[in-house]
Amino acid sequence: MTIPTSNFVILAAILFAIGAAGVLLRRSGISILLGIELMLNAANLALVAFGRQHGQLDAQVFVFFVMAVAAAEVAVGLALLVAIFRKQQSIDVDRLNVMRW
Amino acid sequence: MGTAVFYLVAAVGVVSAIAAMAHRNPVVNVLSLVVTLFSIAVSYALLGAEFLAAAQILVYAGAILVLFLFVVMLLGAPAEPDAGESRPFQRTAGLALAALAAAGGAAVVAAIHAAAPAGALRGTAQALGVMLTGEYLFAFEFISVLLLAALVGALVLVKRKH
Amino acid sequence: MWAEIIVSAAKVLVIAGTVLTLVAVMEWVERRGAAFIQDRLGPNRVGPLGLFQPLVDAVKLLFKEDLTPANVSRGLYLLAPMISVTVALMTFIVIPFGAGGDITIFGARLGGLIVAPDLGVGVLWLLAVGSLGVYGIVLAGWSSNNKYSLLGGLRSSAQLISYELSMTLAVLGVLMASGSLNLEQVVARQGGQFWLGAIPQWNVVPQMIGCVVFVVAVFAETNRLPFDLAEAETELVAGYHVEYSSMKFAAFLMSEYMNMVTASALIVTLFFGGWTFPGMGRFSGWPLLVLSLLSFGIKLAFFLWLFVWVRWSLPRFRYDQLMRLGWKGLLPLATLNLVWVGVAMTMGWIR
Repeated sequence: MTIPTSNFVILAAILFAIGAAGVLLRRSGISILLGIELMLNAANLALVAFGRQHGQLDAQVFVFFVMAVAAAEVAVGLALLVAIFRKQQSIDVDRLNVMRW
Repeated sequence: MGTAVFYLVAAVGVVSAIAAMAHRNPVVNVLSLVVTLFSIAVSYALLGAEFLAAAQILVYAGAILVLFLFVVMLLGAPAEPDAGESRPFQRTAGLALAALAAAGGAAVVAAIHAAAPAGALRGTAQALGVMLTGEYLFAFEFISVLLLAALVGALVLVKRKH
Repeated sequence: MWAEIIVSAAKVLVIAGTVLTLVAVMEWVERRGAAFIQDRLGPNRVGPLGLFQPLVDAVKLLFKEDLTPANVSRGLYLLAPMISVTVALMTFIVIPFGAGGDITIFGARLGGLIVAPDLGVGVLWLLAVGSLGVYGIVLAGWSSNNKYSLLGGLRSSAQLISYELSMTLAVLGVLMASGSLNLEQVVARQGGQFWLGAIPQWNVVPQMIGCVVFVVAVFAETNRLPFDLAEAETELVAGYHVEYSSMKFAAFLMSEYMNMVTASALIVTLFFGGWTFPGMGRFSGWPLLVLSLLSFGIKLAFFLWLFVWVRWSLPRFRYDQLMRLGWKGLLPLATLNLVWVGVAMTMGWIR
């Protein structure tokens, strides 16, 4: 017996909302990046579920690409955080209020 | 059987996602997210995307989140400073926007016609490989350029000037 | 239905039991081997040739005081050794240990000594689960609240990520040549035929570079000397497991040995023909099963001994040397191997 597509979409929506809340509420740069990862993953899950609904593999190829982009994003994001930490001894995004130093 | 597995996995995934976003200890955040990503990997397997399930664990749990953990430890696991409610609107707005996102998801679900899934395609490595090197060859090659650019960018960002 | 479940359960028990026994045996081999290489006698008091030493050690570790230091991060501190052991136990289910052929037990086909023969992702599972092993070490290092532990954990996370690249690239070469992710297919393609009538068609022959890269990377992945920077007794006391005692320490030790067994089995399977052996076409049924197990066991034993041999022969690398070897040495070599396999396959030099 197959699990209905809506189950997966609901799970994806909940995870996305949690991730969005994390990005909006947290102040630590690492938590914000984690929230972005969670949102990307939720979107991926919805994509795979919809792909099965329509009987197409294209969605899975797309998810594969999203994973690669996420890896690139994390590498640059974390490098930025390390650079910021070296300048400010903090990764609190509220304290990032200068354009140059 | 499959349904029971799904509900178990979904519950674990949601609880650990909340922990990943709400806990104050960054190490716990990262580890909880690992659990969530695992549950998503199991969901992929339930959807027949076996290659993606393995890739999810390999790429996310095995590489990306280890990188997170590495940076957290490198920065000495900085505890988040108390928000101090200096901007109360931020919290309200954040929760409202998150609720909106969830509502959007619910609306999509409501709009889905209750049609049965059009047959479970097995997303084997072979099937995906054929598509990646055929139809999506250009995108596939472009991703490698993107990854190279990210690699160079990350190196430039953290390089200390002498 | 029930017969299949029983056969699967029996396979799990037999293979898990074998691996856990091998852990004990390897402890003895390691200590006796070290003594042999250093021209000492080694443990020889308990039982003939000191063979019961592992039992005595296990009892000793069980009855030692189980200490939890005051300022550790408790939950993660307890979780870390569990992760290590679990991951080590989960990896070997996709490795074929022997030929089942057409043997049936209680009406169920044995189908090869492999726990999960139908897992489509095959070796990908092994890489995915294996890459989780780093969490055990990193968490142990962080949660111990000890700067030596933390340094060990940090080092090992960077080391594991770096060497995983070369390892995966080396595996890719084999997968390209075999055209399958399933390790049973990888083994099947290597058996039966010969080059020039004498050289078995093992992957090690056309992919010598890949094999060397893989073996070196696997040494780094299992945190064994000369790459045991994570524990490095002389600089970090004992690295990530400084604060662990009793069975929790034993858990780390066991997972290291289990990883060694898995790694050796993987080297044998990917590059040295797995359980195949010359002249196996003449056997079938039970004799084939026994002989294939024997063949696999001999090859496995050689690589397990190689682990011990290298450990007591080579000094430890410095950290920058380790990173230079990984990124500037192994990675280009692994890429070269991949290119070579691609070219050779296109030109029809290897099937």
